[in-house]
Amino acid sequence: MIKYKLFLGFTLFEVAVLSLLLLYGQLTVTARSRNEIPAKRELVRHLKLTDLSLWTEARYTRNPSQTDVFTPFQDFPSSLEHFPAGSIIGPETLFFSASIKQPGRT
Amino acid sequence: MRHLKILEYALSSLLRRKYRNISLIAVYALTIAILASVLFLTYSLKLEASRLLIEAPEIVVQRISAGRHDLIPSGYAEHFRGIQGVAGAEPRYWGYYYDSLTRSNFTLMGIDDNLLPLAMVEGRMPSASGECAIGAGVGHARISAVGDMLPLIDSRGGVVLFNVVGIFRSESNILTNDLIVMGKKDLVRFFDLPAGRATDIAVTVRNPSEITTVAGKIRKSYPDTRPITKSEIIRTYDAVFNWRSGMMLTIFSSALLAFCILAWDKATGISAEEKHEIGILKAIGWDTADILELKFWEGIVISLTSFLLGLIAAFIHVFLLNATILSPVIKGWSVLFPDFRLTPYVDIYQIFVLAFLTVTPYVASTIIPSWKTAITDPENVMRS
Repeated sequence: MIKYKLFLGFTLFEVAVLSLLLLYGQLTVTARSRNEIPAKRELVRHLKLTDLSLWTEARYTRNPSQTDVFTPFQDFPSSLEHFPAGSIIGPETLFFSASIKQPGRT
Repeated sequence: MRHLKILEYALSSLLRRKYRNISLIAVYALTIAILASVLFLTYSLKLEASRLLIEAPEIVVQRISAGRHDLIPSGYAEHFRGIQGVAGAEPRYWGYYYDSLTRSNFTLMGIDDNLLPLAMVEGRMPSASGECAIGAGVGHARISAVGDMLPLIDSRGGVVLFNVVGIFRSESNILTNDLIVMGKKDLVRFFDLPAGRATDIAVTVRNPSEITTVAGKIRKSYPDTRPITKSEIIRTYDAVFNWRSGMMLTIFSSALLAFCILAWDKATGISAEEKHEIGILKAIGWDTADILELKFWEGIVISLTSFLLGLIAAFIHVFLLNATILSPVIKGWSVLFPDFRLTPYVDIYQIFVLAFLTVTPYVASTIIPSWKTAITDPENVMRS
């Protein structure tokens, strides 16, 4: 009757490690919300930023929120997406909607 | 006590096939770790984007000419200020610059000279002609620091030297990594923009509930414009990091498919050895309920251990090791890519969904074939 004790002990250890990690995460979120987030928001407000600086490979990946309204295969029929980031950015919501009410975003 | 004894027996039974079960736990935990890493990473980026871009301009108005984004007459800003509900309208001057030295793209941005000091800037913001502040990524790529000169080639082909007076702190990399910020006049001269033209116009609206109405009015008064509202900007990032987007869907579907094959393999039958074992247990007096409980414990031991190990690995990978394995996938062809410094936002709901989608089918696929065997006559089971 020792195996179940070892198993329960190991499971409790895993739960404790996970709880500690989540606690660390929560403390980090609280600390950053107090110090960093206001400073970053100030940056966004003063520089009037609209996008994250994640993908710098093309203008429509650098500022996804400011790009033209794209249509599939716009360069030529069946053309593939040029940049890997394009495969991360999903199609617009209206692509999935049953009735397309308007052609653009507005 | 009875349950603990069955658990003890289940552990002994698993240890008899320890290499098979250890490899099963390893694969299972890896699947969970991949899925949880994707969930943690995307949720963290999505929340970070929505928390930061809440300060983005309420409306950005672009001019569309021949179906493409065009420079907008800065005089439009004056007209926008006259629309009811609009608190202000400021032209934005910005553009892209391909740096052939480092083969990377920078984003150049023109600001007012009288900008207040910013906490995220080491040094100061540019306040005179010929000065600039750069993102940490630009500084790293061009080996530039505060006090250095940054040579760039302008639209006329001439070399322009900028004095680096500030560098954005690496904590703000997710916003500023590729930025070069300079005075508006410097930027207009650098890109040789026509007089009275800006890249777009940022419109401030007093009442957030009127943003859509104001955007509609702008669109109606200026049919050649395209207003983009703040909610659309935030929604863009929601869509980018949504589970439905391309990469996430690919990783999700392949990992889930692998897991389904694993569960299917378990569900479609148990080995002759296991059947034999069930038959013997029945013959020595175990009830069907006891056998089901035994199999339930076997399933729980494997799946709970794997699930917890997978979650721990995913948390360490994403938030302590900055998603070193996943970030090259997201990076794509970007030469300048910020080092992830992800804030550990964790959605407990997602963890429960992940547990439900992985632990439940595994435990079910362990119990169901055993139940089929357990309700068969023990003699037939042992003879088969």
